Parts: sequence; structure tokens; C-alpha cells
Amino acid sequence: MSSGVTALLRHRLFWPAMALVVLLAVDAVHTPGFLAVRVQDGHLYGSLIDILRYGAPLVLVSVGMTLVIAARGIDLSVGAVVAISGALACLHIEGLTDQNAVTGVLVAVVLAFAVAAALGLWNGILVSRFRIQPIVATLILMVAGRGLAQLLTEGQIITVDSDPYRVIGGGFLLGLPVPVLIAAAITVLMVLLLRRTALGLLLESVGGNAEASRLAGVRAGGLIVAAYVVCACCAAIAGLMSSSNVSAADSNNAGLWIELDAILAVVIGGTALTGGRFHLGGTVLGALVIQTLTTTIYTIGVAPETTLLFKALVVIAVCLVQSPAFRAKVFRKRPPDQRKPLADTGGEVLAEATRKSVSR
Amino acid sequence: MSTLVAGPMSVVKNIARQGNRYVPVLATAVLFVIMYGIGMTRYPAFGHPQVFVNLLIDNAFLLVLAVGMTFVILTGGIDLSVGAVLAVSTVISAWLVTVHQWPPLAAMALILLGGTGFGAAMGAVIHYFEIQPFIVTLAGMFLARGLSYVISTDSITITDPTYTRLAQQRIHLGSEVFVSASMLVALAVIAAAFVVLHYTRLGRTVYALGGNEQSALMMGLPVARTKIAAYAISGGCSALGGILFTFYTLSGWSLHAVGMELDAIAAVVIGGTLLSGGSGFVLGTVLGVLTLGVIQTIISFQGTLSSWWTKIVIGALLLVFIVLQRALGGRARS
Repeated sequence: MSSGVTALLRHRLFWPAMALVVLLAVDAVHTPGFLAVRVQDGHLYGSLIDILRYGAPLVLVSVGMTLVIAARGIDLSVGAVVAISGALACLHIEGLTDQNAVTGVLVAVVLAFAVAAALGLWNGILVSRFRIQPIVATLILMVAGRGLAQLLTEGQIITVDSDPYRVIGGGFLLGLPVPVLIAAAITVLMVLLLRRTALGLLLESVGGNAEASRLAGVRAGGLIVAAYVVCACCAAIAGLMSSSNVSAADSNNAGLWIELDAILAVVIGGTALTGGRFHLGGTVLGALVIQTLTTTIYTIGVAPETTLLFKALVVIAVCLVQSPAFRAKVFRKRPPDQRKPLADTGGEVLAEATRKSVSR
Repeated sequence: MSTLVAGPMSVVKNIARQGNRYVPVLATAVLFVIMYGIGMTRYPAFGHPQVFVNLLIDNAFLLVLAVGMTFVILTGGIDLSVGAVLAVSTVISAWLVTVHQWPPLAAMALILLGGTGFGAAMGAVIHYFEIQPFIVTLAGMFLARGLSYVISTDSITITDPTYTRLAQQRIHLGSEVFVSASMLVALAVIAAAFVVLHYTRLGRTVYALGGNEQSALMMGLPVARTKIAAYAISGGCSALGGILFTFYTLSGWSLHAVGMELDAIAAVVIGGTLLSGGSGFVLGTVLGVLTLGVIQTIISFQGTLSSWWTKIVIGALLLVFIVLQRALGGRARS
């Protein structure tokens, strides 16, 4: 059983990893020196570092989204939360007498976090207490949230000039970009928290069957609310990073469509949208695949707008491969020669059968 | 004796149960009337009949979109691609008519066919491969937007004389009020949807499917055909919405109608259709669109209020109606 699960895991991560390798290979062939990483002023620079740096917000949002999806939910409001947190932080910093004051920036960050946590709590309570479908419950905040962000900034782009704030999105520490370090730290923290304790298992049991786990003594409601709060907080960090990177809050465009990219990253990473099982490593890989895809399209010189077309094809392909019905209909439709290799490669067929029964 | 007692009791219960279905729609109707009343008392010009007619003219494309969405949501699904299909329809029609000099009617026919086919394809993937509607139509949204970018990233202006004449056609009712061709199309679509949903086998199967797909299947209803038909109708309505949108703006642009799928979903929900499917009315959807339209009209009459208030008010309304549905649904079950 456990070897079956690890085989499955390897299988799940294999294709996203392959996609990443192929994309990077295309880049390397097209632009010699693409993979080179150079040191300048003690900082690491290069296209690979750029992918990590610009991909950090998406990685964070996707990691948060993974938790929500593991609990059989979905959070459409992360884009709005990204916009709100960036707007709040920039508004507070803009109002400071000394924009370079570290305490002022810290207050701005805490403020953004507190509001994001409240928004996550709101989503979680709608889902777990009022039992509203997650898509619908978070749709409310998706629609109204961006309006709130625009209300905060009155539709303007709020620019700030604060060195401490710029560190969050553009700074370097130990030669590495700060956003990459933040994203990595939070991902590692999540993995430790969820995989080294029973928390991840409980979350999966809630996602598998919330009612059954409640009857078994798991506090399903609390876990669901916590997942939404963590997801909103991840989105808040992403919002801080994005606005800090350009030293401005743009409520109209910040985090636009990031919820869809995050869901896509989660799906590419092998987490089923039906909940009950999650792979944080896969999600990070999925987010990097999306970011690399975007970078590749820019590098090759195809119109950037066609990214959407590629993303659509990726979504369709990944979902079809994940769908048990598709696999049953397409891969089992070869009756004559499927019998033969059964005797020859018994091991493989057995592994395939195990994989199917596990995935069901 | 017992029948005498049981009779009135069950009648009362029946009315209560029947009434439940209508409460959200009635609430929307009351809301609409109150908001219209507020508008009339605050702005004298609001009372002019043309203001009401303009609600229909300015929202003709959204009406058509929301009617298609009603079919999908009634089956228990969701269609996130409608805004993108609308956009790609405007781009293709502008591109065919302006760049390739197609006769407008041929272009429109092709677009309607394409939209319907696109919807049917999504429905087939949803049904046969058992992938969630949410994710399939999300991919459809990416695909349609991407396609419109590939055709043209710039806005294409439509200058064809037949097209512009059709778009600017004004039909005068009396001396002060006029209607447009797109509004008449929207009304025809609403009427057709009403008849299909309430008086045909397809309509009954749509409701049955949304009520309980397993039961519908066991009853021997054509589940596959109906589900695919619902998405095909939504796709066709989105394409038609695109054509009406080109009447409104006389241009095709890949960035038209960004986020309009949310407006359509909001209109359907505010109109009292259950998002879990199986219960709702197409006329409720029409009321939902009109309510969104009134909010926008009041905000534009006000002048000082900005567009973000529209989003906040729509979000608040969504919340109220979803909680209302939840409360009513909960009571009916217990």
C-alpha cells in the first residue's frame, strides 16, 4: 500500500517536473546563457532567479489554495485579498511622516495581515457555519473585494517611497531575493506543520468527508476556517510582495486572475479539486511551471497574450489525465492487445491496477 | 372527518412550500421596485419611461448571457466562459466583417454556430469525462480569451454600413420612447427560454437534472443530451450576447466584458435561482439583471459615486440572497 502511494506520488510529480524541464530546455536553446546564474554585488542574478522571484507570490497563493482545496473548498477571493492587502499597506505607508520608518512599515504589514485574516475568517465562516458552497461563498468576496480595494485607493495607483517596504519584494538577503526566501520559508513551515504533525492528515480527512470526520471527533469546522484564514494570509503576503516590488498599489490590476493561476498550479501539482489529498511539493512545482511558461513565452517573443491559450491547453490536458472517467474511457479501450502483456509484464499491470485503485 | 382536518392543513403546508420557491424572486421584485422608487424620488428624470427602456437596451447582452447561464446553473453546473466567449464573438465578427468583408449575416450565423458548438464541446467534456464544470469552463474561458488575443490584440472598429444601420436602428414607440433591435432580440431570447424551461421536455429534464442527477438517470431521462444542451445553449447565448455587444459598441476587442461571467452569475443568483441547481426561474434572472442595471443607473445619476460601489453593492446583494436561499432551503428540509 505505502509503496503504491509513493509510486503514485512519483508519478504525479513526474509530469509537472518534465514540463518544467522541457520549458527550461526550450529557453536554453532559444537564448544561450538563459540558465546562467551570475553574482553581481554579492547578489544572484539571472533568468532562473527572476523566475523564482516573480513566481514567489504565485507560489505563496498556490500553497494557501492547496490547503483550502485539500479541505474540499476553493477560494476565488485571493486576487481581491492581494489587492486589498497591497492597498492597505501602501495607504498606511503613504500617510507616514517618515516613509522610511521601520516601525511604520511593520505596522502596515501587520494591518494588512489582520484584515486578510478577517477576510479569511469571513470566507471560512460562510463555508463551514452557513454551509454555502465554497465557490459561491468566496465569489462574494471576489466581486466585492476588488471594489473594496478600489474604494480604499479611490481607484488611483498609490505610490510609496519606502526603503524598508521595498525590501519585501525587491530586497536581497544572503545573495538571494527576499521574496524567494519568504516563499520558501513559508512553504517549508507548511510542510513541517502538515506532514510532521497529524494536522495534514486531519485536513485530508475533512476534505474526504467533513461529516464523517466530525463524527469521528475531528473539529472539521475549525480546520476549514483555519484553511481559509491561512490561504488569505498567504494572499496578503503575495499582495505585499507585489506592491513592494513596484512600490505602488494598483487596486485595478494587482492580483488579477491570480486565483485562476493558483488553482491551475494546484491542479498541475496533482492535488485533485475534489479534496481529500494534497501535495504541497507538487503545488510549488506547478506554480513554477506556470511562471516558467509565462517567462518562456516572453523570451521566445510570442505575443504575451497567447499565454492564456497555452494555459487553457495545459488545464485541459492535466484535467483529462487526472480524470478517472477519461482514463477509463481512453486507456481501457484497447481490448485485444491489453490481455497479452498481462502475462508478460505482470508487475507493471499490477502497479497500474494499484495506482488506479488508490486514485479512486 | 380526518380528511376535513387534514385537507386544509395540507393546503396550508402546500402553500407555504410553494411560496418558498417564490420568496427569493418576490424579494428581488420588491428590491427592484424600492430601488427604482429611490431613484425616482431623488432624480426627477429617473421617472421618464425611456430610463426604464434603457435598462433593457443597455443590458441586452447581459440579459442574453444570464438567460444562458440560468440553464447551466439549473442543471447544477456553472459556466465561467461566458464573458470570454462574448469577447471572442465581438472580435471574430468585427474581424470577419471589417477585415474580410464578410456579409454581416453570414458572420453572425458562423459565430452563433461556433458559440453553440463550443458550449456543447465543454458540456461533453464535463459529462463524459466527469470533470468539474468549474474547471472545464475555466479552461474554456482561457481558450476563448486566448483565441481573441490571437486574432487581434487591438480593438477593431466595425464600419460596415449594414451592420451599423442594424445596430443604430431605433424603433419609436410613441413620441418619446424608442427601443433598439438588440433589446427586441433579448426579449425574444427571454420568451424562448421561458417556453423551453416551463413547457418542454428539455426544460423539465433540466430541472430534474439539477434536482438530482442520479434520480434523473434512473428515471431514464436523457441526462447526457440535456446537460450538453444546457452548455450549448449557454455558449450560443454568449455568442449572441457578443453580437449584441457589437451592436452596442460597434467594435470587437479581446478585453471586452472582462469579469462579465460574474455579473451573469450574480444576476442569476439575485434572481432566485439556487446555485446547487434544480430550482429557479428565467424571469427571476431578468429581474436580477434589471436590479444590477438599476444599481448602475442610480450610481451614474448620482455622478459622485464611483464604479467600485457597484461591485460592493453587487457583492452585498449576492450575500443577502445566498443567505436567504440557505435559510429557506434549510427550513424546507427540516
